[in-house]
Amino acid sequence: MSAEVFSVFYQFADVFAFLILSAAGLAIVFGMMGVINMAHGEFIMCGAYVTVGLVNLGVPLAIAQILAALTAGLIGVLVEFLVVRRFYKRPLDSLLATWGLSLIVTQSMLLIVGSAVRGIGTPEGSFAIGGYTFSTYRLVLFACAVAVLAGLYIIFMKTRFGVISRATMQNAAMAKALGARTGRIYAISFGIGTGLAGLCGALYAPTMTLIPTMGATFVVESFVTVVIGGANVLLGTAPAAVLLAIIRMALNASYGQIIGQIGMLVAVILIIRVLPEGLSSVLVRRGR
Amino acid sequence: MLKLLEGPQTLGRGKVFWSSFLVVLAGALTYPLFADSYDVGNFAYFLIWIFMALGLCLMWGYGGMLSFGQTLFFGIAGYGYGVLAINMGGGTATIVALMLSVVLAMVAAGILGYFMIWGGISGIFFGIVTLSATLVLAFFLGQTAGPEWHIGSARLNGFNGMKGMDPLTVGDFFIEGSTLYYVMIALIVIVYLALRMLVNSGIGNVIVATRENPQRAEMLGYDVRKYQLLTFVIGSGLAGLSGALYTSWGQFITPSSIGLPAAAMPIIWVAFSGRSDLTATLVGSFLLLFGFQTITVYSQQAALVLMGALLLATVMLAPQGFVLGIGKFAADWWSGHRRREESPVMAEAGRLQSEET
Repeated sequence: MSAEVFSVFYQFADVFAFLILSAAGLAIVFGMMGVINMAHGEFIMCGAYVTVGLVNLGVPLAIAQILAALTAGLIGVLVEFLVVRRFYKRPLDSLLATWGLSLIVTQSMLLIVGSAVRGIGTPEGSFAIGGYTFSTYRLVLFACAVAVLAGLYIIFMKTRFGVISRATMQNAAMAKALGARTGRIYAISFGIGTGLAGLCGALYAPTMTLIPTMGATFVVESFVTVVIGGANVLLGTAPAAVLLAIIRMALNASYGQIIGQIGMLVAVILIIRVLPEGLSSVLVRRGR
Repeated sequence: MLKLLEGPQTLGRGKVFWSSFLVVLAGALTYPLFADSYDVGNFAYFLIWIFMALGLCLMWGYGGMLSFGQTLFFGIAGYGYGVLAINMGGGTATIVALMLSVVLAMVAAGILGYFMIWGGISGIFFGIVTLSATLVLAFFLGQTAGPEWHIGSARLNGFNGMKGMDPLTVGDFFIEGSTLYYVMIALIVIVYLALRMLVNSGIGNVIVATRENPQRAEMLGYDVRKYQLLTFVIGSGLAGLSGALYTSWGQFITPSSIGLPAAAMPIIWVAFSGRSDLTATLVGSFLLLFGFQTITVYSQQAALVLMGALLLATVMLAPQGFVLGIGKFAADWWSGHRRREESPVMAEAGRLQSEET
């Protein structure tokens, strides 16, 4: 019996980790600046490629993953400085600009690197409960997703940077008047967002085929999680991921991956009819 | 009715504009007489996509709804045409298949649009929800490779795409080559003029008022959601028309014409051209399609990199669109050298643009 319970938890954890890791970076950028980074998938791809490149050079996997996340973060800060910065007052244009960037990056990678790179296998290791065998790495991914949520909670709720950035999120002009360097806050937040995207790519790099268009695999999940989460990212993203993971897991188990994805999309379309502001609006109202 | 062809929502009026319109039309009609059939077929191929661009122009430029789902409805109607044409057995039935597949795309747009618009989704979220739906359709069709995936006798064939449907046919006569080209030209003229009438009509004014300020339009007593849904259904239906014509033109369709990067293309055409005007979109989209096709022959990736760069450059340098921007520049230059009334078309371009920025 406990084996079945654990099996359900394991499947839930797998989907939940995927949703949180792919959406966290996008959610932070959207929550702070109201910008949807259409090049999110390309930062994920960047994290995966850097990881695999470093591992093939002989760097241990965990260190390669951390370095990959940092690389994506630094590139993110650069992109913010060169492009995104100009569009904070025109969120729709930021969508288009980052989409243009995404096209440039994906297609240049196809031109330069070619379609496939030698991958690195999933780290071995499995354990058995009852009659079932489970992969350890999938649980590591779940632990990482929880750690990302905990880390974001600490950064945004317990540090000075968190206070200033939440103030900026609430009222940028007022925060600026009180001496917060909002420009720098935005740059750092964008860097954190793309760094998290890089981390997602780094963590999933061992489990999938590396192609320049791999970012597209993650964007649907990250989009719908952010849409359901709503504007208050710190409150909304985790519950949204829990809800979507339950729907997805139930459908995956009985009908397979693609029906799971379609079902998740249908659920999202139904949910926005009732809760256009996302889950966080309900939670914020309850909290008052 | 004909008075609605000109109005405050569209650029171009008077004798100069309409005579140049007729000159271009005459050029387009005589083109097959002195070009070889391969080039005519290619030309017809560019024209397929114009409907999709005009539809997006209506939704985004006039309605203020940035839909990233043009290829979703393109795909629904494209696959719809294939399934219907194969199952109904070709012949004149293909004309019915074309109409039904466009209706199918419009019904799908109506359903998706109802949930989004009545849910109050707008702005950025409108874009990413439509894009999510588009990508999910592409993923779904990409994994329908097995023989168990069929609708009637039409195999979906996964990533390799569906093939084997008849092109548009009347009796025993296949509408191909230069006949298809003429059908395409006729459809574009009809759609272009009809859209001009639509946006200059009372309905069009409400659509534009909703773009400018939804609350104000609502206070004036209009149920803006109905107008938005109408706009979305028409715009998406035009994407469906492109899709059905595309399948008929090449007798195949694959999921890659739905997913990324295909989904970005209509956005780039319309953004580059100038989304706030139908004529600018028509001209600009055609130029971009022509240029893109020329470069794609050498390297598809390079062409797509260029398209991405073009989108980035448009948003950074000329957010209203390059074709409109150049129109304005030319108008300034022209009116600096000549008397103003000699170029009412261009002067109008400049006027509208300065109002919007």
